[in-house]
Amino acid sequence: MTVMKKILTTVAVAATLMGTAAQAETTRIALVVKALGIGFFEAANKGAEEAAKELGDVEIIYTGPTDTTAEGQIEVINSLIAQGVDAIAISANDPDAVAPALQKAMDRGITVISWDSGVAKEGRMMHLNPSSSALIGNTIIKLAADHLPDGGDVAVLSATATSTNQNTWIEEMKKVMGNYPKVNLVATVYGDDLADKSYREAQGLMATYPNLKAIIAPTTVGILAASQAVTDAGKIGQINVTGLGLPSEMAGAVESGATVSFAIWNPIDLGYAATMLSYNIAKGAKAEPGASIPMGRMGEATLDENGEAAMSDPFTYDKSNIEQFKSIF
Amino acid sequence: MIRRYLQSREAILSAAILVLIAVIALRFPAFITPANLANVFNDTSPLMILAIGQMIVILTKCIDLSVAANLALTGMVVSLLNIAAPDLPLAVTLLVAVSLGAVLGMFNGILVWKLNIPPIVVTLGTMTIYRGIIFLISKGKWVNAHEMSAPFKALPRHVFLGFPVLSWIALAVILIAIVVMTRTTLGRAFYAVGGNPHAAVYTGLNVGRTQFWAFTISGALAGLTGYLWVSRYAVAYVDIAGGFELDVVAACVIGGISIAGGVGTVGGAVLGALFLGVIKNALPVINISPFWQLAISGAAILIAVVLNSRANRTRGRIILKQTEPVA
Repeated sequence: MTVMKKILTTVAVAATLMGTAAQAETTRIALVVKALGIGFFEAANKGAEEAAKELGDVEIIYTGPTDTTAEGQIEVINSLIAQGVDAIAISANDPDAVAPALQKAMDRGITVISWDSGVAKEGRMMHLNPSSSALIGNTIIKLAADHLPDGGDVAVLSATATSTNQNTWIEEMKKVMGNYPKVNLVATVYGDDLADKSYREAQGLMATYPNLKAIIAPTTVGILAASQAVTDAGKIGQINVTGLGLPSEMAGAVESGATVSFAIWNPIDLGYAATMLSYNIAKGAKAEPGASIPMGRMGEATLDENGEAAMSDPFTYDKSNIEQFKSIF
Repeated sequence: MIRRYLQSREAILSAAILVLIAVIALRFPAFITPANLANVFNDTSPLMILAIGQMIVILTKCIDLSVAANLALTGMVVSLLNIAAPDLPLAVTLLVAVSLGAVLGMFNGILVWKLNIPPIVVTLGTMTIYRGIIFLISKGKWVNAHEMSAPFKALPRHVFLGFPVLSWIALAVILIAIVVMTRTTLGRAFYAVGGNPHAAVYTGLNVGRTQFWAFTISGALAGLTGYLWVSRYAVAYVDIAGGFELDVVAACVIGGISIAGGVGTVGGAVLGALFLGVIKNALPVINISPFWQLAISGAAILIAVVLNSRANRTRGRIILKQTEPVA
């Protein structure tokens, strides 16, 4: 009893002491990116700063090599270890090459997570994916269905017939088709990620299915080529091209109206979520399979058996925000 | 005369294209509407222009595998030029495209002519170099629709006398090529150099220099197509027209241009391109599995080549009749 009491008191005192120590110091979180000067990562830094402001006692160190090499990132990591930062959140140039340096960081008590581009399992505590196949599959059909209140025919214009990513997303999309009873998937065609073939396939879709209301292209080449084909056919307003694209590439299509909205991850949210996770793990949250770690306004990240988590649905871009994002990435 | 024409490659190929269109129409009747056929012609225009350039190179016993890379590099340069100077007149853009393409072609030509390197090696090398240069000048970034000026994008799709300008440009290239190949010394020199290089030398033709000009013309046409391509698809990036050089060579082979040199016509190259164009445009609408589509394209090319070699077999001539053993 007395022993127990003594231990408890010691723990409580220690906790109080540590608590005050931590209160006094700001938590320093390093956001390590693939290379400096890339719009996507500058935007992620913006999100990280937002999270820091929200948390109050956090300082963000935005850093990375000048070119996208693993060697450059290892140097950056070693200097961060020397500075004694509290956490490192990295988007890696190579999943394996940076792992030993990051292990060294973890040995010194630094919290290490990866985001966007992952690190091998032994080199980080968790990895944050921007999204998951299921969420992407649901998003691409939702993008089309949202603008089809009366339903109608839609078709998918994919990359190659053998590309793993696109096939998984289309499978996931088909699984949730039941939630959109009035939307009818008439065809899946493949543009092979070639502008000319994708353009021709889009023309073929318009010719074969006169009542086509939307083309869903979960690939950046496909969505651009389909938008151009719809524009050239004079069917803007009649056929909505949607799917996954980059704001810098899609700005023209959104402006012309060929594409009402499309989706891709939001780098600001990604930087924000990575910072929130780093902070919470540094403050004691356990990063283990099955754990749920809060990430502020982005909800909670639930870790799978590989220590990976998906942030959210892809972010939707349309006329209202394309101007803001087209210069970012 | 009529009989000779009916047995010619062009007639056989024209018939094959008509049969192909008829078969497609059975499955998808809307394919034979005039509007759609005009669309197929328009879509095939870049391939036709490139096939004509390639034909001239192949006539001289060479091959140009760098056409697609040349197209992509020129396309990227004019796109970047358009960003830098949106108000540049289109005539200047076109001039830049054709000249840059010609210079890139000349580079191939010089290597073949002065250093005697086999053309397939030269153009395999420059193909990679040109793609690499695109990466360097664009830093791997795309030039997108909203960055290009409106007139820059509008030219190929502007409708003039019922057809888009892209189709008219292809028609103009075809007509000029026919005149050059049949009515000029240079045109006949291409045939002579490929048909019998030794005889060509004795008639005073410089084989290397003729090949140099063939590469230059092929390059210039690739440059022209480069502008048309990026403006039509309103996007320029490193990989545009990836693998397109093989389509161009295939169009020539289907069109009856002999890889051995010296044999082929502009009409053959154009029909060969149209044959591929019809297949490419038909496959998306006749609802065939994408895995079969590749096999069908390949089979069509093989059949055309087999027909081609059979048609050429009758060309053999007996020169020394008296040496034949008497039965």
